[in-house]
Amino acid sequence: MANIMIQRGAKSDYVFYLPKRDLEDAIVSMEFDTPEKWGGEIRLNNGGSYYIEPQAAPAKLPISLRAKRLDAAE
Amino acid sequence: MSALTREETEALIQEVLEVYPEKARKDREKHLMVNDQSIEQSKKCITSNRKSLPGVMTVRGCAYAGSKGVVWGPIKDMIHISHGPVGCGQYSRAGRRNYYVGTTGVNTFGTMNFTSDFQEKDIVFGGDKKLAKVITEIELLFPLNKGISVQSECPIGLIGDDIEAVSKKAAKEIDKPVVPVRCEGFRGVSQSLGHHIANDAIRDWVLPRRDTQEFAGTPYDVAVIGDYNIGGDAWSSRILLEEMGLRVIAQWSGDGTIAEMEMTPNAKLNLIHCYRSMNYIARHMEEKYSIPWMEYNFFGPTKVAESLRAIAAHFDDKIKEGAERVIAKYQAMMDEVIAKYKPRLQGKRVMLYVGGLRPRHVIGAYEDLGMEVVGTGYEFGHNDDYDRTIKDMGNATLIYDDVTGFEFEEFVKRVKPDLIGAGIKEKYIFQKMGVPFRQMHSWDYSGPYHGYDGFAIFARDMDMTINNPCWGKMIAPWLKPAEPEALKAAA
Repeated sequence: MANIMIQRGAKSDYVFYLPKRDLEDAIVSMEFDTPEKWGGEIRLNNGGSYYIEPQAAPAKLPISLRAKRLDAAE
Repeated sequence: MSALTREETEALIQEVLEVYPEKARKDREKHLMVNDQSIEQSKKCITSNRKSLPGVMTVRGCAYAGSKGVVWGPIKDMIHISHGPVGCGQYSRAGRRNYYVGTTGVNTFGTMNFTSDFQEKDIVFGGDKKLAKVITEIELLFPLNKGISVQSECPIGLIGDDIEAVSKKAAKEIDKPVVPVRCEGFRGVSQSLGHHIANDAIRDWVLPRRDTQEFAGTPYDVAVIGDYNIGGDAWSSRILLEEMGLRVIAQWSGDGTIAEMEMTPNAKLNLIHCYRSMNYIARHMEEKYSIPWMEYNFFGPTKVAESLRAIAAHFDDKIKEGAERVIAKYQAMMDEVIAKYKPRLQGKRVMLYVGGLRPRHVIGAYEDLGMEVVGTGYEFGHNDDYDRTIKDMGNATLIYDDVTGFEFEEFVKRVKPDLIGAGIKEKYIFQKMGVPFRQMHSWDYSGPYHGYDGFAIFARDMDMTINNPCWGKMIAPWLKPAEPEALKAAA
């Protein structure tokens, strides 16, 4: 499990940030993206993927979350 | 010598790598690249923020340098205890030229060195008692300090002292913030982790202190973050922001105070100059206090104007108008500077190797003077720094991460730049090789370089260095090839 931050990006909808590794990347797909159910498996532009427990969409971004690493790019 | 082509640059990298043993070559290869502007993501072609190879000459610092030297050190009204043996504090004392206003030793302490001076017995029996004593003594001798930070040196982590407990207790006793910072030098691969640790300490120990306090804010409050006031940089930036109608409520951390930092959550916009060392706290404030942040670049008139407009875009028409007014006001002065120095510097080629923000930020300033940056690199940058650099650099230029002494020398021998901008550790090597050099960490005892006023000084300094007559006198008179008779007669 890793602490991550999700924020709004200029180009893409969401930007993923992993402070521990200073990894900032665009999120290319998110499994659930509705107000009621939000999260699930997220894919990054660099090929990595993480899993966030599906939850209600956050009221405001950025938000810090716990995420599970499914597949890191490096 | 004309610019190298892509193939030549690639060949140069291979040639330089040849001397390494196989394993080292493989590792170093990942840290060197030829720039290609079409690349979106740097990590496909350059690796950064990795441990330096043992045996190569790196110029990186340690986590303590990143925390005490960069982030915490310039906070002028706090006393920063270098907790551990005496050397770390003494040899980093006042070297970074973070200017400040105040009476040193009375209400400001920027250039002083406070240390707990560890001896063998402190390592064996623990240094917590000594730290408590140091804090009490400081409070007695310097009652006007506004707070104390404990900057750990390596032994503190190794012997497992509980500086947090001592700090909490002392903070109650002296009724001032006492901030323990776990920035032991061995943490991380470079000073970069020190920045992060320092940011986290500010987040946990400083920012929440005045969360409930009232603040007479205006819609134009901004905070300047990541400007360390080297040679007065923050001052020459601040006047521009104030002239365009903004109110700067905090300076982090050059000429900064702890009160300003505690008040920063009231800002409407955080302006980040050094992204590498302060983005962590900006991200935190964005999440907790909903303060947007943006990077800006105050090197050279083109980038200053660009940044002023980008900053103004976050505010109403009054500020936008103010930005245009400021740009127009200084335009004549800038034209004069460029008219004077551009003919003397046109076409000169520069190689940079610095830390933090400069490898990409100063490119614009050189371009304003008609100069070209042909190689750049970060001591401790991460991939997001390189992502940003690729766009600013020309195609087929060299980019090197954590370059070793050998590689840098070889690159310089082949690329033959007219100027090198790097740190003090490189300075005398290259000067002895006969290459003009500017120390770009603390502006070679000059500055400021930020803002419009800074650019005039920057241009003068570059001219002074490159066109210095000493570079023609590198060969002893008796070793020079004989002058033609005609010239001798004329003289």
